[in-house]
Amino acid sequence: MKKLLQAFVPILIVSIVLLFVISSLNSSQGYSSKNKLTIYNWGDYIDADLIKQFEKEAGITVVYETFDSNEAMMTKIEQGGTAYDIAVPSEYMIDKMIQEDLLLPLDHKKLSNLNNIDERFMDLPFDPKNKYSIPYFWGTVGIVYNSKMLGDIEITSWSDLWDPRLKNEILLVDGAREVMGMGLNSLGYSLNDLNHDHLNEAKKKLDSLMPNVKAIVGDESRMLLENEEASIGLVWSGVASEIMAENEDLEFVVPKEGSNLWFDNMVIPKTAKNVEAAHQFIDFMLDAEVAAQNTEYVSYATPNKEALNYLPEEIVNDERFYPAPDLTERLEVYENLGKKNLAYYNELFLRFKMHTK
Amino acid sequence: MKSKLSRNLYAIPYALWILIFVVAPIVLVLYYSFFDIEGNLSLTNYINFFTPVYLKMTLSSFWYAFLITAFTLLISYPTAFLLTKTKNKQLWLLLIIVPSWINLLLKAYAFLGIFGTYGTANSLLEVLGIGSKQILFTDFSFIFVSVYIFIPFMILPIFNALDEMSPTLLDAANDLGASAWTTFRRVIFPLTLDGVRSGCQVVFIPALSLFMLTRLISGNRVITLGTAIEQQFLVTQDWGMGSTIAVFLIIIMFVFVALTGSRKRGM
Repeated sequence: MKKLLQAFVPILIVSIVLLFVISSLNSSQGYSSKNKLTIYNWGDYIDADLIKQFEKEAGITVVYETFDSNEAMMTKIEQGGTAYDIAVPSEYMIDKMIQEDLLLPLDHKKLSNLNNIDERFMDLPFDPKNKYSIPYFWGTVGIVYNSKMLGDIEITSWSDLWDPRLKNEILLVDGAREVMGMGLNSLGYSLNDLNHDHLNEAKKKLDSLMPNVKAIVGDESRMLLENEEASIGLVWSGVASEIMAENEDLEFVVPKEGSNLWFDNMVIPKTAKNVEAAHQFIDFMLDAEVAAQNTEYVSYATPNKEALNYLPEEIVNDERFYPAPDLTERLEVYENLGKKNLAYYNELFLRFKMHTK
Repeated sequence: MKSKLSRNLYAIPYALWILIFVVAPIVLVLYYSFFDIEGNLSLTNYINFFTPVYLKMTLSSFWYAFLITAFTLLISYPTAFLLTKTKNKQLWLLLIIVPSWINLLLKAYAFLGIFGTYGTANSLLEVLGIGSKQILFTDFSFIFVSVYIFIPFMILPIFNALDEMSPTLLDAANDLGASAWTTFRRVIFPLTLDGVRSGCQVVFIPALSLFMLTRLISGNRVITLGTAIEQQFLVTQDWGMGSTIAVFLIIIMFVFVALTGSRKRGM
């Protein structure tokens, strides 16, 4: 017993000393819990220099945490015990969060830079009058392909993927809505179709794609496509522009049958502790120069029309990532389908994944 | 009397630990499994589980877990045996265990590079004149990587069992005229059976629910119960169905442990 005590007491003392050192270090650097802003964002979805700049300008300490799916983000906010002041969900999730009363209404008077946002991206069906959310980035889902590896095969539509010459070449993303959406779009149905016959038809169509599918992967697809492990990938537009910068043979196309158009917006969850700072941060991100810098880093499309003036022409005029309005009309935004229908989408997707070649 | 009391007092932390971290989660999983996606009390999840989709998934999980365990055993037993014969056996053992300290995810990513089209494995095949093959995203790569990851867990208990065995028994068998094969079959193997059993348990059960490797190494071409649980909880948010699959996984594990459990009394 005495030996045990002899072992424990030093550990206890060391722990207490360390605790004091940490807290004194924190306070000497101006970190205090008083003026703290907690941001909950997708991984690698902001230029970290901007956070430092904001901290300096506003005198607010930023705590930055990341998530990797809308669902995981919502689960965490719903369960409480968190103090996120800002979160960045996608449109269908914002709809769901509004319905479940998880968001605080925004005070537009505090957002002096709000006019910088292109009107095309304001007042969308998932959040009328932008009562709860402010656009952060937007993009599409499309096909990235390696023109060198494919030779003269050209890809412009979803149905081009069913070409028997593309055996074992396609990387799909591990997302039920994206893959099912591809099946639905290739048949001319809506991405938000709820008709079970249509959905089963789409699943059958996807089964026949299986010989061409190499793998169904997550974020690794960037690395795999960049390293020419496969020649075709179903990806989000920002992923495409990121890897295209690394490998010149890669091309991106938004299929002509239509595809998904998505928006990630900034919101203030109900659990927020520092609503004032949250508004300050949103306004900061809406600033044209800040948004431009962030866009260059993140490489998704910015909804900030003033920021476009600060961006290089080749980015702004790239129709693959800033599709012209006539193309965006063919694109569809995901609707919140409700738990039951989403479960059906996932069930079909699971069955598709289990379908052997 | 007093010692009994203090013994019970000391048992409290352990009892609490088991109650909070073992019993409570299992009870919660069981509880959630009786709710459908709308939050109504029902048995739909259980009915759902007995549809071809999930039965097929259970069978294939079983099959892959079996293959992984079998190959791991096939490699580990001779390795453990040779280890006990080496001079610096503790050092060799350490060298085998060290890779298991590295995070599983990192090892999986390393294999993405090794097995890739332009990776080390394919360059080797080219040199050998076989030509490059698709290794990544196949059953082979999935089983290979899983076996690689589980080997240390299988070697340890077998090594311990072999090491504890008294060498005089081997001498006795030898003196009585047993051949090397008979000695192995009738003396060594039966005496190390407990090590083999616990090794198989440590490998088979986690292998049933591997979910990260199924995506990284086999590109979702292998779907196990673990994959389905992950998807139900994180994507579909159908906690009921996820829990139901987990309940069956727990039942399978109990059955497996009961079947492979040591039968000391019968011996």
